[in-house]
Amino acid sequence: MSLETLRISPGFESYMPKEYVDLVERGPYGRDVKVSEMGTFKEVIEEHPMCAGCAMTLFIRVALIGLPCPEHTVILGTAGCGRLVLSQASIPFIYGNYGDTNGVASGLKRGLELRFPNQTKDVVVMAGDGGLSDIGFSCVMHSWFRKEKFTTVMLDNEVYGNTGGQESGMTNKGMVLKMAPFGKKFEKMDMIGLAKTAGVAYIARLAPTNPTRIANVIRKAVLIAREVGPTYVQAYTSCNIEYAIPTPKVMDDARAVEKDRYGFMEIISDEAKAYLERIEQEKKTKAKAVAGSTVEA
Amino acid sequence: MAEGLDTEVKTNPQGDVITATEAPKAKEKENKAAKQRVVTPEYLFFEAPRTKTFITGSEAAKEAIRRANVDIAISYPITPQSETMQQVGYLYAEGYLKDYYRGEEEYGVMSAIAGASRAGVRALTATAGPGLMRGMEVITSWPGGRMPLLLLVMCRVINAPLAIQPDNVELSYLLNSGVIVFHAENQQDFFDFPLKAYMISEKCEVTLPVAVAVDGFFVTHARGWVELPPEDIKLPPRECYHEAVPMMDNENPPARLSRDAPIQKSNFISYQMHASWQQEIWAAQDRARPWIKKYMGGLVEVVNPGAETMIVASGSAVSQSREAVRQAGEKGDTIGLVKIRSLRPFPTQELIEACRHAKRIIVPEFNCIGWMAKEVRSALYGQTKAEIVPGPRVFGGMSMPTELILEYLYKTPNEGRMTTKPLTV
Repeated sequence: MSLETLRISPGFESYMPKEYVDLVERGPYGRDVKVSEMGTFKEVIEEHPMCAGCAMTLFIRVALIGLPCPEHTVILGTAGCGRLVLSQASIPFIYGNYGDTNGVASGLKRGLELRFPNQTKDVVVMAGDGGLSDIGFSCVMHSWFRKEKFTTVMLDNEVYGNTGGQESGMTNKGMVLKMAPFGKKFEKMDMIGLAKTAGVAYIARLAPTNPTRIANVIRKAVLIAREVGPTYVQAYTSCNIEYAIPTPKVMDDARAVEKDRYGFMEIISDEAKAYLERIEQEKKTKAKAVAGSTVEA
Repeated sequence: MAEGLDTEVKTNPQGDVITATEAPKAKEKENKAAKQRVVTPEYLFFEAPRTKTFITGSEAAKEAIRRANVDIAISYPITPQSETMQQVGYLYAEGYLKDYYRGEEEYGVMSAIAGASRAGVRALTATAGPGLMRGMEVITSWPGGRMPLLLLVMCRVINAPLAIQPDNVELSYLLNSGVIVFHAENQQDFFDFPLKAYMISEKCEVTLPVAVAVDGFFVTHARGWVELPPEDIKLPPRECYHEAVPMMDNENPPARLSRDAPIQKSNFISYQMHASWQQEIWAAQDRARPWIKKYMGGLVEVVNPGAETMIVASGSAVSQSREAVRQAGEKGDTIGLVKIRSLRPFPTQELIEACRHAKRIIVPEFNCIGWMAKEVRSALYGQTKAEIVPGPRVFGGMSMPTELILEYLYKTPNEGRMTTKPLTV
């Protein structure tokens, strides 16, 4: 039904902007699109005001391709760089108060479940390290303890990028940043460990070095959140401005950090694993049936 | 020994008997909830037969929520509010609500309620004093998000030194948030106002959150007569597509509050957008007036209109004032009383009208700063020659003896032992 809201009224086709027509005719809605098909379909982001060479932008762009059902997804963000691009995507986006994402998402997801018992609505929080580990910490942790069924994605640039480069809880110890004139005095917060303690059903840590992996991780996280429980994806998305990474070297930095301390890691509960296997099996059976009917025809 | 343990009466550190029991068995009572039928608001408010009961304010609120067709309630304990939201929890266990949980703290709760409202369901929460202050960042964003929902506020002390006693200074912070604010006088109001608040909140031309405030303990923990309609009827459900802004449910194009957030641009168009949005919130408040008149019998109630001495009050101060008016009447003096039901929108015109003949207006309040006196002075500025006396005021848990009000009625504050200075602001 939500696709109806995109549909162009008859007679207006030739008056709509090309970008919009593309979105309707070649968008990612109502079908599976793969990262390897980029360029052959219209992505949900047309343009954005992010800095040149921003790794976070790359991550978000690819992550949105991974959404299993963009036409029934609501994204929530908070203050920070991420929302500058998220708010430009053709996916409903809630830009709430400071650090309120996981509180709002809890109420939103429950409300949508009450109103649409027969249509899954995916809720995805995508916010920065400051928004989730500092100001939004309590809401994040409690949404996990309550086993709220939505995905939390941390865009971890290890700094308050949007406000001009202040230390965050996710900054590494010793880093000299604004508000840490002598260098940060405590360790990077272990949000992965906290997610584990809180019983998050699927936890992933990654750097934006492998686009297919980004999309796959997001897809898994969103699917598991539907049925099993909260999921958490923590992505290294460097700030090339505040960390003075030369634009052409952004991906080199991502690979170096990945090798050093941000290697790909997945923690998946048995229940989540079984659920994923089940839906993969169902998908295969369905594909087989379709292939069979084609042969018959 | 084991036998003895079985019969032991457990008490909490204060010595109160612990009454926690197992959750009621849903099946037994579910039928009652399922058998409720939807009626028109007009029938529920004005036509349904009513039975007189003697219950606390918290119980009155519970009975309102039972009939309010609420989808989700999110609770967080704080005295003196806890009683109400745990009663709502029992309603959930009995099947009257579809979802309910205890949130992390008020910031998280107010955020979650916002999410639920944006999903299109009828949402409820309640708080008190410090909890209201903790949730205030979120609460002040509700009107801008144009979120219909209900917040019950059981007023108590907010300032240090910490106290849990009745005091309604917190309402002064709520008044400029854009939230519609009603102030219940007694248990009956605390039954009627929440039901009416939902209907007003969800009107298309209003589409705003409503707070129903009440003075903690005096009303929440004391019994009063409440006339209740039958419990097998309830309000119509929320119809979210009839409201002013689209839901965030992917079934329609969302309001692009986010894409067009003024924070993202520094130019005149963005300033203009934010400015007009704020004006629209207050215009929507004005558009609530006809509905407040229709459902609540007006923004004010006036007793003895035309009297030369008028009392203007809201909340429990009204009850005390009623008694003072009665006592003055016994002496042969006619004293007028304006009960303000709606603090936002504020009944400026009604107040001007009611105080047209007044030579003296006194404003009794349960708080230190005298926010109501400021409201009254501001509304009547240039409209009356009456002396406006800011007081009497009690706070920090004190009760307001009618003798105190009578003293103010017959003396100016600077006479005799009454040394309360007029407002300095």
